[in-house]
Amino acid sequence: MRKSYLVGMLLVIVVAMTAFGCYRAGDGGEEVDVKRQAVENYADGVHALYSKSLSSTVQMDGAIDAFLADPTPASLEAAKRAWLLARDDYGPTEAFRFYGGPIDNEDDGPEGLINAWPLDEAYIDYVDGDPDAGIVNMTEQYPEITADLIVSLNEEGGEENVSTGWHAIEFLLWGQDLNAIGPGARPADDYTTAKNADRRGKYLATASDVLVGHMQGLVDAWALGRSNYRAAFLALDDDEALTHIITGIGELSRGELAGERMTVAYQERSQEDEHSCFSDNTTADIVGNALGIQMVLMGEYGSVSGVGILDVVAEEDSDLAETLKAQVAASVNLANNIPAPFDNHLTDTVPDSAPGRSAVLRTIESLENQTDTIVSAATAIGITISVS
Amino acid sequence: MFRGEWRVTCAVVSLAALLISGIGCSDSDDLNAEALLVAKLGGETTAFTENRNAFSMSARNLTNSERRTFEVGDSFFEQNWVTAPASTDARDGLGPTFNALSCSSCHVLDGRGKPPENADDPERGLLIRLSVPGTNAKGAPIGDPNYGNQLQDRAINNVEPEGKFAITYTEINGNYADGEPYTLLMPTYQFMELAFGELSENVMTSPRVAPAVIGMGLLEAIDEADILAQADPNDEDGDGISGRANMVWDIERGIATLGRFGWKANAPNIKQQALDAFAGDIGITSEQHLDENCPPVQTACSAAPNGGEPEIPPARAERLAFYTRTLAVPAMRNIEEREVRKGAEMFLKAGCAACHTPSYTTGTHDIAALSEQTIFPYTDLLLHDMGEGLADGRPDFLASGSEWRTPPLWGIGLVERVNNHTRFLHDGRARNLAEAILWHGGEAEKSRDAFRNMSKTERAALLAFLKSL
Repeated sequence: MRKSYLVGMLLVIVVAMTAFGCYRAGDGGEEVDVKRQAVENYADGVHALYSKSLSSTVQMDGAIDAFLADPTPASLEAAKRAWLLARDDYGPTEAFRFYGGPIDNEDDGPEGLINAWPLDEAYIDYVDGDPDAGIVNMTEQYPEITADLIVSLNEEGGEENVSTGWHAIEFLLWGQDLNAIGPGARPADDYTTAKNADRRGKYLATASDVLVGHMQGLVDAWALGRSNYRAAFLALDDDEALTHIITGIGELSRGELAGERMTVAYQERSQEDEHSCFSDNTTADIVGNALGIQMVLMGEYGSVSGVGILDVVAEEDSDLAETLKAQVAASVNLANNIPAPFDNHLTDTVPDSAPGRSAVLRTIESLENQTDTIVSAATAIGITISVS
Repeated sequence: MFRGEWRVTCAVVSLAALLISGIGCSDSDDLNAEALLVAKLGGETTAFTENRNAFSMSARNLTNSERRTFEVGDSFFEQNWVTAPASTDARDGLGPTFNALSCSSCHVLDGRGKPPENADDPERGLLIRLSVPGTNAKGAPIGDPNYGNQLQDRAINNVEPEGKFAITYTEINGNYADGEPYTLLMPTYQFMELAFGELSENVMTSPRVAPAVIGMGLLEAIDEADILAQADPNDEDGDGISGRANMVWDIERGIATLGRFGWKANAPNIKQQALDAFAGDIGITSEQHLDENCPPVQTACSAAPNGGEPEIPPARAERLAFYTRTLAVPAMRNIEEREVRKGAEMFLKAGCAACHTPSYTTGTHDIAALSEQTIFPYTDLLLHDMGEGLADGRPDFLASGSEWRTPPLWGIGLVERVNNHTRFLHDGRARNLAEAILWHGGEAEKSRDAFRNMSKTERAALLAFLKSL
């Protein structure tokens, strides 16, 4: 009974795929739908990248705990290095946003708590000219710093009122970037002798714990063999799942990365608008995002490798797939060649013709062009996406 | 009321009607429900996004270079202003008195604000306009001598906030014709902690919530003649609906001109509306408002350092205005549903379209993406007497104390998704769309009564239609 059912199913699938011309030979010789393979490989890749990101976030959390147990310039540097390493792993996962998945679904997606930006420093802690600013120093209003408190205050009363996530931790480690060149230089004393040092330490430890918790939630949502989002995602119709996947990379590519993260800082020459402004990690952030888009298209996520979106596109239009592959590789390459730190290209005196600024602009243009191709590629495989 | 606008759009509407139902369109009264079931409410700008970012998308037909300007403007819209002087000198100059730190504090996710629950609620979605009788040389209201045009309830360090307000609601009970009861909330406002003495004895106050910012450039692109053609100030056609144009001062051009934006159509264009809000709501000076908003008695306010002269440079103001002009209108949804179609019929039957003019073809705009678009904003952009229940008693240029501009309806069904509330009307007193309709009085009384007289099914259909917009 079971066998004949399976054979019947296969027959239906083969006939259907032959009719629509969208199959290719799998490793074992049986015909397998390429769209389905791409969707399944994507789910594996998402889980792998979130797992990797969780692992380095946990390491960062350990380094922060070690720093707070014994705050010295050396242990602060170690915590910062751990943040930078963890940040490298988070960047590519941003390709999994923008379709209401676990990261940013409307009910409880933690994206705003994980990576909200830009942030108003004075919402969290003292800033140049205002020594009493921020939640850290508001001892009467917020007597105790807890996870519930900083989560409840995030984006309260304004989109820049960010109290949690990567950039809150970054600010608490580096401090304001008041140098034209070079990152922020928060002294380790902020966690020993400075006013409200204990509250600042509690805030940093809490924000780091909250981030670990959110990353764990994402890993769980994409884990195999559970009743979770992954199961629901794989139950979607192939085209619907592909619409999600491609919307995610399309939105990241232009509106988010080329637009909010690069164009604003570039055009306004404003350090405050570069992505990781406290740590000067902006160029690495850009590369991470560009890599995430490339991983999804190629289907190669480091430890996971399989059918990518480009393979689906190639079934319909191999030239278009080749064009997109080349454009995305060019974008990653251009992003890698933006000289760090990013804020060197934002000062008032540097001309547009300077190599650094021109590298930024060429990366922006490349990302915009690849987005147009991503939209065309979606159309080629029979779906419609809407991106900024 | 002369509904000449329908001749402008008749060609488009009739084409759609012909395609769908084969019915022609000889004059305005032949408008049928099919013509309202159009997905692209904002023409080619329309975005097909239904999630909480539904109001935050750029017009779909922008060029890549225009999208960059949009992104830059978007960052200004979200940016928190800080006290001057600050190391972050591109964004300092907050206050000295203010209501909010950023545009997005009130227009959350480019959407709609709501009234605060109490005086300490961080919700920034409602502010209070103030004036005393009379007008200045430009025809504008005259502010309270000690508090100016608006109550700023926050201030930077060492400057006192002007005061606070609290809202209390009185329940008003009523029944639909079929006997089903409803309750409306009538707000009253108390002012407290006033830092500079009592408000003027003859002060007039007007609460205003922040509206959604979608499709503003398309409204700006409607030909003035198409708006004025709908005006019928003396109700010569005897339909009980006047429709008056507000004439307001255009600061940039230095002339009186048609007002289109704001709850009383008191701003002629988007840039002026935005710079008014910068000055009044955030305390940011601009080329149009060179002075901080500090009445003479507020000496600490006048003495506070500024963040540049002006605090928002002209080029930034232009990009901010570009952003506000090019936020896309979200597409209409559920067009195929029978209930929505039925609701469109009820909308027309109740005469809602007499003021909520469904459609236009825009004229020429500096931004090509906004030009020659067939749009469905559902507004005539004119002033109407809405009766005593809604009156604020505070004139604004030519708008009387009981007149309000017909607000656009596009996107109204997505407010709940984007902003997690369903508070409507100028002061957010309506807790849902049905209450908003039930508050309609004055020129809209007949339409309101038509709604009250509908069967429950018909009312549900009308609401389903509105929610699909």
